[in-house]
Amino acid sequence: MAKQVQQLDRVIIRFAGDSGDGMQLTGDRFTQESAAFGNDLATFPNFPAEIRAPQGTLPGVSSFQVHFADHDILTAGDAPDVLVAMNPAALKANLADMKPGTAIIVDSHDFSARNLIKAGYETNPLEEEGHGSLAEDFNLSVLDLTGMTVEAVKEFGLSRKDAARAKNMFALGLLSWMYGRPTETTIEFLSARFAKVPDIRDANITAFKAGWNFGETTEAFVVSYEIKPAKMAAGTYRNISGNLALAYGLVAGGVQSGLPIFLGTYPITPASDILHELSKHKRFGITTFQAEDEIAGVGAALGAAFAGSLGITTTSGPGIALKSETIGLAVMTELPLLIVDVQRGGPSTGLPTKTEQADLLQAMFGRNGEAPIPIVAPQSPGDCFDAAVEATRIAVTYRTPVMLLSDGYLANGSEPWKIPDIADLPKIEPGFATELNKTVTAKDGTTTEEYWPYLRDEETLARPWAIPGTPGLEHRIGGLEKGDGHGNISYDPANHDYMVRIRQAKVDRIADSLPPLEVDDPSGRAKVLVLGWGSTYGPIGAAARRVRKAGMDVAQVHLRHLNPFPKDLGEILKKYDAVMIPEMNLGQLSLLIRAKFLVDVVGYNQVNGMPLKAAELAEAITDLISSTGDVHAHEAGPEVSTGEMETVK
Amino acid sequence: MTTQELPFPGLAGVPTNEGPQNRKEYTSDQEVRWCPGCGDYAVLAAVQGFLPELGLRRENIVFVSGIGCSSRFPYYLDTYGMHSIHGRAPAIATGIATSREDISVWVVTGDGDALSIGGNHLIHAMRRNVNMTILLFNNRIYGLTKGQYSPTSEAGKITKSTPVGSVDHPFNPVSLALGAEASFVARTIDSDRKHLTSVLSAAAAHRGTALVEIYQNCPIFNDGAFDAVKDADTKADAIIPLVHGEPIRFGALGEDGLGTKGVARDDAGGGVKVVAGDDPAVLVHDAHNPDPTVAFSLSRLTDAGVLHQAPIGIFRSVARPTYDDGAREQIATAAAGQDDHSAALASLIAGKDTWTVL
Repeated sequence: MAKQVQQLDRVIIRFAGDSGDGMQLTGDRFTQESAAFGNDLATFPNFPAEIRAPQGTLPGVSSFQVHFADHDILTAGDAPDVLVAMNPAALKANLADMKPGTAIIVDSHDFSARNLIKAGYETNPLEEEGHGSLAEDFNLSVLDLTGMTVEAVKEFGLSRKDAARAKNMFALGLLSWMYGRPTETTIEFLSARFAKVPDIRDANITAFKAGWNFGETTEAFVVSYEIKPAKMAAGTYRNISGNLALAYGLVAGGVQSGLPIFLGTYPITPASDILHELSKHKRFGITTFQAEDEIAGVGAALGAAFAGSLGITTTSGPGIALKSETIGLAVMTELPLLIVDVQRGGPSTGLPTKTEQADLLQAMFGRNGEAPIPIVAPQSPGDCFDAAVEATRIAVTYRTPVMLLSDGYLANGSEPWKIPDIADLPKIEPGFATELNKTVTAKDGTTTEEYWPYLRDEETLARPWAIPGTPGLEHRIGGLEKGDGHGNISYDPANHDYMVRIRQAKVDRIADSLPPLEVDDPSGRAKVLVLGWGSTYGPIGAAARRVRKAGMDVAQVHLRHLNPFPKDLGEILKKYDAVMIPEMNLGQLSLLIRAKFLVDVVGYNQVNGMPLKAAELAEAITDLISSTGDVHAHEAGPEVSTGEMETVK
Repeated sequence: MTTQELPFPGLAGVPTNEGPQNRKEYTSDQEVRWCPGCGDYAVLAAVQGFLPELGLRRENIVFVSGIGCSSRFPYYLDTYGMHSIHGRAPAIATGIATSREDISVWVVTGDGDALSIGGNHLIHAMRRNVNMTILLFNNRIYGLTKGQYSPTSEAGKITKSTPVGSVDHPFNPVSLALGAEASFVARTIDSDRKHLTSVLSAAAAHRGTALVEIYQNCPIFNDGAFDAVKDADTKADAIIPLVHGEPIRFGALGEDGLGTKGVARDDAGGGVKVVAGDDPAVLVHDAHNPDPTVAFSLSRLTDAGVLHQAPIGIFRSVARPTYDDGAREQIATAAAGQDDHSAALASLIAGKDTWTVL
């Protein structure tokens, strides 16, 4: 039978299996193939907190969703077009997200009575027929992927278990054929990955090729698909995840400032990959210190900052809670320090592998006393690079701890990234103090030259940074209140009031260095503004596109700087009849915006550990436009199930 | 004064000063604000007198402290310094020591700061053997918070927070340090300037973490806690002097000019015991013994309750690779000949799998 090739503009595939089935690797390889092919793409890995949850159970299901297209896309997609399910649990756990008619490819091999029970199936869903069955509701393909894999790799004499483990590569091969993906990168990858175990290497490559060949020859699939490369701005691209981009951004911050990096940290999901990555790059003079706890991590980073390094600590929300006191010390001592919070579901241990944006208020206020710190948030995986460089700029220029708020969705998600030219990155000047800076006149008129560690730069209000080893500038700093200028301990009431205000003023002053906000309002007629921050950029952008496609007007502004806010934000907010703030929390930015600007914002809040869905958000935006009386507004669609629209209490 | 020639291994890499220095240069312009009679004054005076003898460039010395009475120490020295937060000084000092080989790093801490809130950082600093000298001022009480019992207070101690007596068991800081595999552990007394200085000198000479427990009297909240080792009448019996290469003898002097009491292995209990000074089994102190067993046993001769007897001196001083040297060596190896960071960064971020859009 002749195979047909059908053109598509975009496809969403979800690979799902047991956490030991290698679904993350499979998804990652498919992503790399798609990136190499030139599609725009976005990915969403979703996995359990347990390394190996009980095999075959619902909690053990791991999945990887990849959205690729011939045009610019913003999210990993709401509902998949194709589900690849490697066992009954993977099928059951993901079925609720599938629209009727979705293509589902199931490995039938593990649909034994025992595995069906483990997944909570009373009967085999693959064998059901008639109304409400899988076969009727979906475009179901039942294949013995494992059996075919074992057969294909027979020649390598592996144990049955080892042979079966290559089934993910068989599935990858099949999907690669189906969507016309280039195969070279995967073969090269497998060759390198398993170079030391030739049998395993050859079995995986063989399984991958067998999957491809099966697609080509079987009559089960008569159509393959073509998704043309996306039109992207000229440049050299790579695929990159948020944590990797963030780590590279930190390296860049070190190179651009000329400061050696000292990372003091403690392993925590989902931030540990930044430690792993930086520990590989000692050639840049990067020290990675895996401390005994979160507190020691940030303490050592602050000590290194005092000694002239770019001090960095990386963690997630629970770690920030432990580091709070040291961050306060960094506020008081006015030393540069980068604090990276890759947010995850909370409170407490919460949902370690899921995403959330609920640390904003902790970043903003989570310290004793008046302890303001700047907050910077990246908006996409690739943007983590620029956000890290920006956080470094602020920390070094203003001598302050800076919070960089990433999240689990950004950390593990990936997208094509236009590789920046190093020459275009900002140069960051540490400007260490080397000279005495104050002439002190005694009562008798004699003068002495001194070093005052708390004299401030007129423009930035930053204090000088004199590092040990600098002769004549010996000084002591610490957590007790400082006297203005000279920096000695001071309990003077008026001085404390002044110092509290000047520390706040210094952080506020950062706004002078920020560019104007970009307002995305293509028609210029929008009456509703959607304001976001962090990883919701993709879903908000995608939702705004849907709304505009339906003929309505909506404006989008996305904040990189959460503290201080850009200077033009207040004016922008006042231009719109209504402002919606979608967040993966109960309204933390809403609270700040209301407090700061007295604008009655509408929250769109979802805290289910998953990224916002563009379609649901578009509905909510449409509703708001309708209720705001926009002339273009029309009836809203069906009610949304998750993500409720509410005002902040 | 010193038993080792300058420069000390512990200070290798720290630039030395040209010409002599004096106490005045090391004294800051800040008024010292401890209570009258506080043991901290004596230690400060000893340190201010001792630092010039090291001959280091003053700007290459950093004192880091936590919170507590003794933690005000850095303000009174005209070096670089940081008065940090409660218990965290060893962590902050680890960052300084690891990132800068050319800095002599000192930590000033107390029994509450080091052993209670900061216990974790203390044991891990010693385990890693980061090159720093830790002065642990042990007054067996919380002074700055006005008199609660501390992790070194004896059981039964009556304080503001334990009106009918503490039911806590105290730490023995020397035992703790030896258990944490510290490479240098010593104990000295605030009022014995000569001994204090000699121990500080040996600690500074040591490469790695040197822990020095200083018995320090708090005249306000725990006055007399160390009288047994200070009073002329009792100290001969109370102080068990540990001097490397010398027999461990104490008590009133015998005919041979040494103490009438000695310390020997206790074969029955596995530790050490007090025997007659002329007992041939009396141990010769070996601070360099790679096996810490005897040092630990010696530390157990310290009273856990009211102090009547304690070994004083250097319990252990052994060479072991330091964390900071190891970390710097890895970087030096990786960075050798890699001067063009911009080019390396461009290559790093591009990675291997790229595609170009024209």
